[in-house]
Amino acid sequence: MEDMSAIVLEQADRLFAQHIDKKVLSAADAGHWPDAPWRAVEDAGLPSALVPEMKGGAGLTPDVGANLIRRSAFHSVPLPLAETMIANALWTDAGGDVIAGAVTLAPVNPQDRITLVSGAAGTILRGIARHVAWGQQAPTALVLAHDANGKAFLCRVPTAKARSNKTRRNVAYEPREDVDFGGVQLAASDILPAPASLGVDGLMPFGAAIRVQQMIGGMERCMDYALSYANERVQFGRPIAKFQAIQHMLAIAAGHFAAASAAGDALTESPRLGDDALAVAIAKSRCGESAGQVAALCHQVHGAMGFTQEHPLHYATRRLWSWRDEWGAEPWWQDKIGRMICAQGGEGLWPLLVDRPAAAGAA
Amino acid sequence: MRAFRFESLTLPPEADEMRRKVRAFLKEERDKGRYAAHRTSWSTFDPEFSKRAAKAGFIGMIWPKRYGGGEYSNLQRFVMTEEMLAAGAPGGAHWIADRQSGPQILKHGSERARELILPRIAAGECYFGIGMSEPDSGSDLAAARTKADKVEGGWVINGTKIWTSNAHRVHYLIVLARTEPPSENRHAGLSQFIVDTGSEGIEIRPIMNLSGGHEFNEVFFKNCFVPDDMMIGKPGEGWTRVTGELAFERAGPDRFMSDIRLLVELVDKIGREPNERQAVEIGRLAAHFATLRRMSSSIAGLLERGESPVTEAALVKDVGTAFEREVPEAVRKLLPVEASLDDDDEYSQAMAHVLLHAPSFTIRGGTPEILRGMIARGLGLR
Repeated sequence: MEDMSAIVLEQADRLFAQHIDKKVLSAADAGHWPDAPWRAVEDAGLPSALVPEMKGGAGLTPDVGANLIRRSAFHSVPLPLAETMIANALWTDAGGDVIAGAVTLAPVNPQDRITLVSGAAGTILRGIARHVAWGQQAPTALVLAHDANGKAFLCRVPTAKARSNKTRRNVAYEPREDVDFGGVQLAASDILPAPASLGVDGLMPFGAAIRVQQMIGGMERCMDYALSYANERVQFGRPIAKFQAIQHMLAIAAGHFAAASAAGDALTESPRLGDDALAVAIAKSRCGESAGQVAALCHQVHGAMGFTQEHPLHYATRRLWSWRDEWGAEPWWQDKIGRMICAQGGEGLWPLLVDRPAAAGAA
Repeated sequence: MRAFRFESLTLPPEADEMRRKVRAFLKEERDKGRYAAHRTSWSTFDPEFSKRAAKAGFIGMIWPKRYGGGEYSNLQRFVMTEEMLAAGAPGGAHWIADRQSGPQILKHGSERARELILPRIAAGECYFGIGMSEPDSGSDLAAARTKADKVEGGWVINGTKIWTSNAHRVHYLIVLARTEPPSENRHAGLSQFIVDTGSEGIEIRPIMNLSGGHEFNEVFFKNCFVPDDMMIGKPGEGWTRVTGELAFERAGPDRFMSDIRLLVELVDKIGREPNERQAVEIGRLAAHFATLRRMSSSIAGLLERGESPVTEAALVKDVGTAFEREVPEAVRKLLPVEASLDDDDEYSQAMAHVLLHAPSFTIRGGTPEILRGMIARGLGLR
């Protein structure tokens, strides 16, 4: 099984490397949907990688899934691949079939709420979701909506039926649209009761779990660039890697990267990435902090060259700056952890973090 | 990049069993009023506590039974250690002997040294200090000038050690000394010795630390005799021995939990309903803490498999001690409490106690500046 995982990851890595180059990335920056890379990941079966085999997916375990997302982020794959993977896992968990094509998730912001309204005209949606990844370009959105009684449903929504209020990009220049689902009519087969794995925070832990794994992949890329550059760039007659100041900067960055990876690994111990809301809160907080530090340190090592379009570092760092903010920036998750700890009192801190089976899913 | 190894570790059932055992022991200790949770627990020297911990089987846990050990796994010991620290237990008397001196003697000491010393450590009756630093040799350990000359039946040590914690109340020091004059290979010609602090020719001068406590000492050796079988390993192996010993001490929970009790007391002081700034900062510190615990447990897993992850251990210590230093700095902004050792308020005392100890966290056991050099080497930069 371990060999199989290694093969899957190696193949995916080769596929990303082959299809994602500077040309594709700058076209994506300009707003073009990377069609050929999407078809390649689709042909490889990656969108349903986390769906159990009996439901038509590859049935990858959470750790292989996490690594797959890390590799896609390492290559700055400008597609909602991770969103599609999680959306298919959730939709099939709710009883649906694998959805064809790219799928985005909504709502993304904890303040946004989408409601389901049943009336004479059938069932319609109401509400606006802000900053939805590829909210126009992904053909389908998996939307978490609540009915009048507060019951949660997953809805399969063709994005063509919704209105995009504003074309907006994050700092990675990936589309993050404000999508108005108001009035979109849904067929009965497009609405399923949300699976039990969606707790009070809805999609937030799942979206954050994706961003955690992406940040880890992105940080690894930054470290790779910075380590190579430090060994190549000569100043004062020797590679800058030989200067203690540079060595210490990169050692600090390596510490941040290792901590982020360890925090992200914790998410692979539950059945689905995102199931353990406390582990997600810890990881999103720790990775977000690391991402900022690693990006800053790696830019500093690259000097002016890293501040250009000529060096590819920015494809990784601009994504880190986006991902740490999306699906709840650090303070949003830290606030949750802090309140959970205070609710238990000082002596509860240690058992809360250590006696995990009791704490899992409690956030 | 060359990835450092921090694989996930699932603790086996026997480790959970050990956790219950340690918690029950500590609860009884507290219920009987035998100790108050100290703020820098493993610096608190309490021989009576050490003897009770030993009786419960928590010292020398992984050693063979014939030397008084419990033949437990590294992971069971890991759990014992973190539970002691989380509860603020005063394990300072036996800490060094249990963590590094004992394992060093077990691995590389003579049979007589093992038989003479290990059972006493495991009984909580024998404590150790570290004789590495010297007045002119701190981070640059290879510059050690203390020398040991061969005589009939042993060695005679002359020189000075400094920053020797607890030298005035431990039974032995492990001393790094030159057994050959310095040569081009700076790491050659060093050896390690187990020195009885009651020997002739040892003079101990106290050095008060900035919190007003007496831990540090300067130790003078004047023709101090050490028998042959109290050398650790062979002559000239000192550098290898000393770096191996440092690996034992670098990645454990004591490298990020020294002041964890301050966080516990902060939470109690704030109460059940924190404001947003308090909740966010407590959450941030807890995320660091939980992550460090994962990294440290992963190293315990590697040690259990017989590996020696020296660079990873250095990395955990660097990240971990940075966290320990950050705790009081972050915490002081969350409540308007002025730190004072004399205040009636326990929290104010705790703040003062931690503030006055914090500078040592990033010095003992190798500074971040030294650790980062090791990490950089691991990254292929030097």
